[in-house]
Amino acid sequence: MKDIEELFLPDDVRYTETHEWVRDDDGSVLIGINDYAQDQLGDIVFVELPEVGAIFEKGEEFGTLESVKAVSEINMPVSGEVIAVNEALEQTPELINQEPYNDGWIIEVRLDDPDEMQTLMSSSEYLEMLKGEG
Amino acid sequence: MRYLPHTEDDINSMLDAVGAEHMDDLFSMIPAGCKMEGSLDLPEAMTEWELNTFMDGLSVKMATSPSYKIFVGAGSYNHYIPESISYLLGRSEFSTAYTPYQPEISQGTLQAIYEYQTLVTRLLGMEVANASMYDGASALAEALLMAIRITKRRRVAISRLIHPYFRDAIRTYLTPGNYEIVELPYLENGRTDITGVADMENLAAVAIQSPNFLGCMEDLSSVEKPVHETGALFVLSFTEPLAYGLFKNPGCQGADIACGEAQSFGIPQSFGGPCLGMFSCRMKHVRNMPGRLVGKTTDVDGRPGFVLTLATREQHIRREKATSNICTNNSLCALASAMYMASVGGTGIRELASLNRDKAEYLKRGLRDAGLKIPFASPTFNEFVVEFGKGFKDTYAALFKKRIVAGIPLAGWYPELSGHYLLCVTETTGREDMDALIEEVQS
Repeated sequence: MKDIEELFLPDDVRYTETHEWVRDDDGSVLIGINDYAQDQLGDIVFVELPEVGAIFEKGEEFGTLESVKAVSEINMPVSGEVIAVNEALEQTPELINQEPYNDGWIIEVRLDDPDEMQTLMSSSEYLEMLKGEG
Repeated sequence: MRYLPHTEDDINSMLDAVGAEHMDDLFSMIPAGCKMEGSLDLPEAMTEWELNTFMDGLSVKMATSPSYKIFVGAGSYNHYIPESISYLLGRSEFSTAYTPYQPEISQGTLQAIYEYQTLVTRLLGMEVANASMYDGASALAEALLMAIRITKRRRVAISRLIHPYFRDAIRTYLTPGNYEIVELPYLENGRTDITGVADMENLAAVAIQSPNFLGCMEDLSSVEKPVHETGALFVLSFTEPLAYGLFKNPGCQGADIACGEAQSFGIPQSFGGPCLGMFSCRMKHVRNMPGRLVGKTTDVDGRPGFVLTLATREQHIRREKATSNICTNNSLCALASAMYMASVGGTGIRELASLNRDKAEYLKRGLRDAGLKIPFASPTFNEFVVEFGKGFKDTYAALFKKRIVAGIPLAGWYPELSGHYLLCVTETTGREDMDALIEEVQS
């Protein structure tokens, strides 16, 4: 597994305490799991995606990731409606391991409240949190 | 696997390590009122000779085959068990108290389970089967919970011709979760009336048993369409899997989940247990399937091997978020049924199923010719209903004294069927016994 210093934590996304990322994409947001989460889970073999049109509250579970080691819930970083899911993950779930911030995105969401983005962490704040945990 | 108990010294050193004085200290969190004081209320111990005499005395009081001629099935069936099965099953590699799942040391057990799963999928025409469950009733209740998980709906419709004990188990499983259970009535021909499902909203599953509790084969191919049109899963239950040696399997008739009791396959009736829950479904639902699953894979050197698969969804890893509360299987019974299926073979199962059906038809015809009414017209396998009439109780008791058990009365479960009896005939039933029964009931 990677050392904390080796993690790739880009500055153009916001982070949650439960290791998801959110990227503002002109009115809607893309959501995925970050480099730390994919590294901890190991090889991801199955992704359970929500239905397009489903509405979730911030913090609610919207899907599951199954790796060779564990099954984990993915939580909503913000409240909103799912407007797209990454269907490529059904056949190639390993995209999350390979490209967690790009091709490995999981869902696209229309935000209920754009200000909610401000409640999430920047990459440096997230890094501090991880160091605190370690 | 050997069980090595601790010595007194071992126990004392462990108590020292955790800072406890007596073993009882470890149970101090249990309230006093919940603990039993004193010793168990048991009679004095007997010698081995006394015990044998005592047990012999108990066993002569029971009506068991072959000293009694028993025409009863109703979920538990008397079939010949090839001698090879008891020999193989008694091998110490198999008959451990616990199923060893570690692939490093348990390739034999894991392969045996894998073979069982393969045979189950072939018999039922399904895509994937689990490593088995406790019995047919709990397998069916788990199937309904699985349909509820998949469809995210809260209502199930179950045929009234599903075994009454199975329906009890369903209520036990589903009631605490506030799921709604609707019972589907039956038609004059002895089959389930499914016309009502079209108007039922929010249905997660429709469950049908075939052969059903009246012995009738359900018309599964005509059930599939109306069930799937509601968006529900089609769950097929059974108590006599041997029927699928002769009749079309559930898989080719659109069942999404096929599960049931497989005691028929190499497991003695022994007072109704242990049983064997067979469970199978479509591959697209595999991640929602309860129970354990053995898969075939290759090791780092490319050699084939067997290993538990999808275990990350199970209780020991996922705790309260597990797919199901079932985290074990009924391995020895599953093994017995795998040995049975392999011993009898595909052609053998077909022949055996024909024999069961033909013998049952012989008795059915004989009783009909003797003037008795066979009220349900649908095709049957090795069980069928006879209307002996309301005054039959005395005859039934008289026959019992002659060591003939003339079926099982249905009125206790179906009040509208008073005077109706469910009779069973298997390959173990002799022609003379059937002729004797026919003669007794017509006189």
